[in-house]
Amino acid sequence: MTQGGEDVKLLGAWASPFVIRIRIALNLKGVDYEFLEEVFGVKSELLLESNPVYKKIPVLIHDGKPVCESMIIVQYIDEVWATKGPAILSADPYDRALHRFWAYYVDDKWFPSVSAISRAQTEEAKAEAVEQVFAGLKLLEEAFQKCGKGKGFFGGDTIGYVDIALGCFLAWLKATEKMTGIKFFDEAKTPLLAQWVERFCADVAVRGVMPETDKMVEFAKMLQTKFKAAASAK
Amino acid sequence: MAKAELKLLGTWSSPFVLRIKWALQMKGVEYDFIEEDIQNKSPLLLKYNPVHKKVPVLVHDGKSIAESLVILEYMDETWKENPILPEDPYQRAMARFWSKFGDEKCLPSIWRVFTAQGEKIGQALVSASENLMILEGELKGKKFFNGETLGFADISLGWIVNMVILLEEILQLKMIDEQRYPSLSAWMKNFSNFPGIKDSFPPQDRMLTKYRTLREALLATRGSN
Repeated sequence: MTQGGEDVKLLGAWASPFVIRIRIALNLKGVDYEFLEEVFGVKSELLLESNPVYKKIPVLIHDGKPVCESMIIVQYIDEVWATKGPAILSADPYDRALHRFWAYYVDDKWFPSVSAISRAQTEEAKAEAVEQVFAGLKLLEEAFQKCGKGKGFFGGDTIGYVDIALGCFLAWLKATEKMTGIKFFDEAKTPLLAQWVERFCADVAVRGVMPETDKMVEFAKMLQTKFKAAASAK
Repeated sequence: MAKAELKLLGTWSSPFVLRIKWALQMKGVEYDFIEEDIQNKSPLLLKYNPVHKKVPVLVHDGKSIAESLVILEYMDETWKENPILPEDPYQRAMARFWSKFGDEKCLPSIWRVFTAQGEKIGQALVSASENLMILEGELKGKKFFNGETLGFADISLGWIVNMVILLEEILQLKMIDEQRYPSLSAWMKNFSNFPGIKDSFPPQDRMLTKYRTLREALLATRGSN
């Protein structure tokens, strides 16, 4: 049992951006939880039991009941602990719709475009993939203005839904920048986002759960080696 | 005060547009329907959904909302009559989960059956069946995914009713049979019979023609490899 008498467990892994989303949300709400770290490459009994449909992390287990899918968990946290901490989604229906729209955009379009860079087989394909990513960042820069209304976060004065949806990838993105030389958040191209990146990473709700860039680089290299080994073993 | 202006940009056949029509029907909200030509997108559509240029788009007092599930949540928060999402946060999370599962897993797997040929149909059916079995398991004992009345998850998964009947007709196979899927079969009937739902279904003969033509075109382009 945790401090507040609530039983909150999070099944996850330190490197997963989707897990980081949940940790940020719980931190914002000041909710204590037990972090149950999955071993890389092995799915625990508890994971298979609590997420039989997808068998993936993160899974939030609240008073024994599992909630799955990261942004659904974030909304759940916002609703259950509505009286604690800042609102992750504002009370205004249109604002909420705007934030949900952009969170979907990040998940359905923008982050897949980032993944496409590493999957590109030719230099041409890679260049095209990079172009897509930057086109998306331009849209996100505009979204930042629309959602944040001149304040420091997509959520306004405090971290909100879209901040969490996009910001969770920053460790991964910084690692990719180091390994490829591509600068995603360029002051010249997307000044608002470039400043937001630093502000977000420095926030007290994020600091402790955002992996260090060097650790992510190490992890990424380990993954690359694993995939190469698996590919050549075929 | 003048009545708020409400427009729905959509097409006659889109299952995602249909979700919004069902929700508007359930909430008893009046609106103007603007039929879009996807091959020739209107300036209005490009203005109201510049990011995706897709339907449905709800325009409420000049403010546009895109992405069908986002629109459904907006509607429930704006028009409190006949709520489609439950009040309990855990039940809400479940409703959202099953809607997402429908869109991300069921729909593509059923689409793969539709676009398959020959023996590949059988393979695609196995995959689709796995997903449908999961839905069957979730429904067990319930009239609707939402419980006694139709809700968010039912509206989100409602495309199954239309789509499956179409595919079964075009491919001449049975995807959801009563023996293997007693709950899902019952749900399909209960859903269709819910007030206002069936009237919104696009005309079956027009859908059959459209999807038959679509399948022939898809197979023809593939066949030329």
